Amino acid sequence: MSTPTADVVVTGLGATTPLGGDVASTWDALLAGRSGVSRLTDDWAKDFPAQLVARLTTEPAEVLDRVRIRRLDRSQQVAVIAAEEAWRDAAGADSGVDPLRVAVVFGTGIGGAVTLLDQDDILEAKGPKRVSPFTIPMLMPNGPAAAVGLAVGARAGVHAPVSACASGAEAIRWGLDLLRLDRADMVVVGGTEACVHPLPMAGFSAMRAMSTRNDEPHRASRPFDKGRDGFVLGEGAAALVLERADAATARGARIHARLAGAGGTSDGYDLVAPHPEGEGAGRAITAAIRDAGLTAADIGHVNAHATSTPIGDTAEAAAIRDAIGDHPLVTATKSQTGHLLGAAGALESVFTILALREQLVPATANLDDPDDDAAVQALDIVRRDARKATFSAALNDSFGFGGHNMALVFTTA
Amino acid sequence: MPSTADIQAGLAEILEEVAGVAPADATPEKSFTDDLDVDSLSMVEIATAVEDKFGVAIPDDELANIKTVGDAMSFIEKNQG
Repeated sequence: MSTPTADVVVTGLGATTPLGGDVASTWDALLAGRSGVSRLTDDWAKDFPAQLVARLTTEPAEVLDRVRIRRLDRSQQVAVIAAEEAWRDAAGADSGVDPLRVAVVFGTGIGGAVTLLDQDDILEAKGPKRVSPFTIPMLMPNGPAAAVGLAVGARAGVHAPVSACASGAEAIRWGLDLLRLDRADMVVVGGTEACVHPLPMAGFSAMRAMSTRNDEPHRASRPFDKGRDGFVLGEGAAALVLERADAATARGARIHARLAGAGGTSDGYDLVAPHPEGEGAGRAITAAIRDAGLTAADIGHVNAHATSTPIGDTAEAAAIRDAIGDHPLVTATKSQTGHLLGAAGALESVFTILALREQLVPATANLDDPDDDAAVQALDIVRRDARKATFSAALNDSFGFGGHNMALVFTTA
Repeated sequence: MPSTADIQAGLAEILEEVAGVAPADATPEKSFTDDLDVDSLSMVEIATAVEDKFGVAIPDDELANIKTVGDAMSFIEKNQG
């Protein structure tokens, strides 16, 4: 066994998103300024206040065999697709790693809600004998992690953090901990979500959390903009393969970036509303920077959680300004992907890593007129065109209903 | 009344749909679990599909005795009304 070190690196990336069926096509579409948002055409959506969603570009049935499509909830299907891409990217199967030393940490915000609701329809219409025997494994929130564990043959443990929209980021933090504690040699981490269905749409709408800019789908998700009116629900998954730096170097793996540090806090303030000054968010950011052995001055780029809700974006802006300062280049990629809930932190970590690798920060779409809020005004938010920059450390933060705050720091390989 | 060949073909169709078994592999001597890699939850789905397709009822205690494709074929033949 190799000597454990605290140095953890990212050797694999995978994603299937509203911008593309894999990492490369998603990144290209992001840099091209493409929007993944469209208006629902389903009959049920006609009377809904919010009718916008960011659907996958590539249906899982085009990628997975029919049996896996039957047995897995859509949130599990996309988790497996993203994880298999990351595992291939890391050459995990050829790495010689002992399956007894491979772990999975995969989070979801909502889990198999669509299966639950569809099977309830069957129960009501046809009775209990017609309910699928796969109902429970398809709806359980650890289902995506378990499905990924099967796909990569992980036998060191399969874990499923559930912290709403911070789940994907929390999974990455757990993965870092597992490697630092020497509980595994490789960890597949990520997040997934696929809950486009009338009930979640109605529930988020009832919270007044979703954009109702139904006539302008591409312009609806507008983080930090004065005209923002809520998030757009997205679906998809993203995954990363983590391992200790010494082992990755020894096997000649390609290293995308270092996962240098992580921080997590809770607000203790309100069940869903963020602390208005982003107090807990700021503490998570500071903890992550300290954990990475860096100072705020080192952070050159922030991929913000910025969901496009009126109160969330200003609270986060305050947290970034107060914990880091006004120097990092900030971007809010949900302006194009929509909000992938439990997958958001994982997808935005993939974007953060690619921005680091290419020294290029994607633009925030639809930021025509930045909010007058002092913290938003203080930040250097990249808009209109992607910006070239020189930086060696970048931060991704994620927050979830429940007062969950996560921050991750990546540095150049 | 469908012939034995019809029953085998119908069963093969269900096995392909539910468990991804190649139709050519769905021959009478094959064990669902040992040869065709059909797990217990998929057996429940297969039983439901057989009930729909052939108009038979398969009680749980009978399902436990159906080990091979041939067992399923004779159950269907015997119980079809």
